[in-house]
Amino acid sequence: MTNHPEIVDHGGYAGHGEDYLLPSDAPVQLIAPEGAPMTAGDYKEPYALPDDATLLDGYERLVIGRRVNEQAGALVRQGRMAVYPSSYGQEACQVASDMCLRSSDWLFPTYRDTVAILGRGVTPMEAFESLRGDWHSGFDPHQYNTGLPTTPLATQLLHAVGVAHAAKLRGEDTVALALCGDGATSEGDFHEALNFAAVFHVPVVFLIQNNQYAISVPLIHQSVAPSLAHKAVGYGMPGERVDGNDLAALLAVLGHALERARDGGGPSLVEAHTYRMEAHTNADDATRYRSAEEVAQWVPKDPLLRLQKYLSDAGLLGAADTERFAAAAEVVAKTIRDGLNTETSPDPADLFAYVYSEPTPQLREQAFMLAEELSAGQPLEGAQS
Amino acid sequence: MTTMANRPSAGTAHASTAAVEPELRGVQTITFAKALTLAMSDAMASDATVLVFGEDVGTLGGVFRVTDGLTRRFGEERCFDTPLAESGIVGMATGMAMNGMKPVVEMQFDAFAYPAFEQITSHVAKMGNRTRGQVRLPLVIRIPYAGGIGGVEHHCDSSEAYYVHTPGLTVLTPSTVSDAYIMLRDAIASPDPVVFMEPKKLYFSKATVDLDALRARYDGDSVLPSSIGKAAVAREGTDATLIAYGPSVAAALAAAETAAEEGRSLQVIDVRSLVPFDDETVSAAVRSTGRAIVIAEAPGFASMAAEIVARIQERCFHSLAAPVLRVSGFDIPYPAPRLEKYYLPGVDRILDAVDQLQWEQS
Ligand SMILES: Cc1ncc(C[n+]2csc(CCOP(=O)(O)OP(=O)(O)O)c2C)c(N)n1
Repeated sequence: MTNHPEIVDHGGYAGHGEDYLLPSDAPVQLIAPEGAPMTAGDYKEPYALPDDATLLDGYERLVIGRRVNEQAGALVRQGRMAVYPSSYGQEACQVASDMCLRSSDWLFPTYRDTVAILGRGVTPMEAFESLRGDWHSGFDPHQYNTGLPTTPLATQLLHAVGVAHAAKLRGEDTVALALCGDGATSEGDFHEALNFAAVFHVPVVFLIQNNQYAISVPLIHQSVAPSLAHKAVGYGMPGERVDGNDLAALLAVLGHALERARDGGGPSLVEAHTYRMEAHTNADDATRYRSAEEVAQWVPKDPLLRLQKYLSDAGLLGAADTERFAAAAEVVAKTIRDGLNTETSPDPADLFAYVYSEPTPQLREQAFMLAEELSAGQPLEGAQS
Repeated sequence: MTTMANRPSAGTAHASTAAVEPELRGVQTITFAKALTLAMSDAMASDATVLVFGEDVGTLGGVFRVTDGLTRRFGEERCFDTPLAESGIVGMATGMAMNGMKPVVEMQFDAFAYPAFEQITSHVAKMGNRTRGQVRLPLVIRIPYAGGIGGVEHHCDSSEAYYVHTPGLTVLTPSTVSDAYIMLRDAIASPDPVVFMEPKKLYFSKATVDLDALRARYDGDSVLPSSIGKAAVAREGTDATLIAYGPSVAAALAAAETAAEEGRSLQVIDVRSLVPFDDETVSAAVRSTGRAIVIAEAPGFASMAAEIVARIQERCFHSLAAPVLRVSGFDIPYPAPRLEKYYLPGVDRILDAVDQLQWEQS
């Protein structure tokens, strides 16, 4: 194994010229918003509708994901959490990411991807530790092969490239899936990540959840490229676009991209068209920059409704299933509620314990000083938290 | 300007329904954030080359609403949203400043300015020197900074040390509502690039100010000397000098208040201008009391506070009755919201330090 980039043919589809890099002419859709299965569209790959069991499993995950968003929203309103960036309306992207990855693969999420993080097996308490404000993260990335949710935009994409590159050097068949938003595609790190991934030909897939807004800034002020998926072309990797509210299409497109990466086909970029139904976070006032009518247009495109209609019409979703899924979602919601309603007391001594593998003499001194202050029972001022 | 005029303007439709804000005049009670807004709008009104841009500064008016109303009042060519890229924002501002504009750009939060670090340190700071003064960059980089607001990771850094350490950058940080106005106007008027650091926890603090008097400082012949390079005496006192800036001035003043009740008279200096640093005012103050404590929220190691201490002991050694102490943040990443109370330098820590100033020897 060499760490020199392969300068041979990277596995582009022989005879396809450069066109194979271009995304399909329209976002891939396998189930229409009204729930009807689509007759095969003219896409660049023969994407097939996932089987019934997979879709039913996906639907249950959507129901749970939606409940997580609702529960977290309620808790943040009650002041039990510092902040919650909601993925309400984007749950299909979250769920598809989890379903397409094996546990040995890696996920690199952003701050908005709590639902996907939970789907990786991270417990609610671990996932919410940073959002409730107790610590900057709450889980061990290695335990779940899941990167910490990242706030500095697009920076995690390079970490995904690195993990994938190391996997390649180590002879593992691990692939990495890295998530980002539409706004993040403007950051330099996004472009560096794509270029590195392509040059080193590593098994990584980038998924842009294009929810149309970066806080208040609409996509049209972010990019005038024909689509965000087209950005792949300049780096020499295939791009694809998909209806981000159609779980079936996401499973097909992401699944294909990840398999391609796993088979040594190299990186690719997927753009999922979706919509951020709620404000950027609880601190944001979305009425300042978009109309209620605009938001309302997206209600009928909801990812849950769509799959529910499809499954019901196909006779695959019975009342018992619906009840079972709702009950499973309630269990998750209750775990989150119970956890966040339990008083925690983050230990101030931890502030000094992990900055270095061994605290420096200065940190020991400072830890001692704080401990003395606390044992002297001094009231602390400063923060209102 | 044709490219700007051709910008797609999605999203402005709802915002434009709000009426153009009447200009505030006379004596008004306003927030720190509003004082900054007025400084920009007054500068924009008096100089067509002053432009404001950054992330979410247009339709939204900035995440802290500091640019609220500027697009409505001056149009999308003068105040606009950029693509989401800080290096892009500062790099483009550099080029615009080279070509006759005076950009005032906003970084959304302290830690989100880091992608622009190369532009700031390698180009913005050095252009004047590289060109032997032929190219000055009259641009302002506004950075909301510091904590005390229960913010999550990356939203509370005190990043001033990176900028004050970089020769060529003017670094300012107001702590009062009137200074917010005055210092931002002075920053915009400066021929040199200014990193303008705004303590977030002060954004919604209020004070009553006379806007006509503030504006008069910048009118025609009566232009007053710039605040750049000038520290302010925030409180008179005779026993010891507390030296603070930005978010820590309030803690210093509160400590002085408590000390006064206990019979000790503490002077408070608000540094305001980190670079250039006002050695004269600070040294004179310390010589007058013979004791000094420097207070800052940033980690103390290799910090602005460390620099101030060094300068005092070099200049005032023979007037000092005790070592100059620091009350600063710990040398750790800024803590999560529920732990920040353990980190922030507060009144008790300051008064403890005051107690250590070898009073028995006086
Ligand atoms: C480097 C950097 N700059 C600015 C921010 C502040 N910020 C947080 S989220 C956000 C918008 C991101 O939009 P997008 O990438 O589309 O993702 P979304 O929030 O819509 O999921 C901004 C500007 C940040 N987190 N990091």
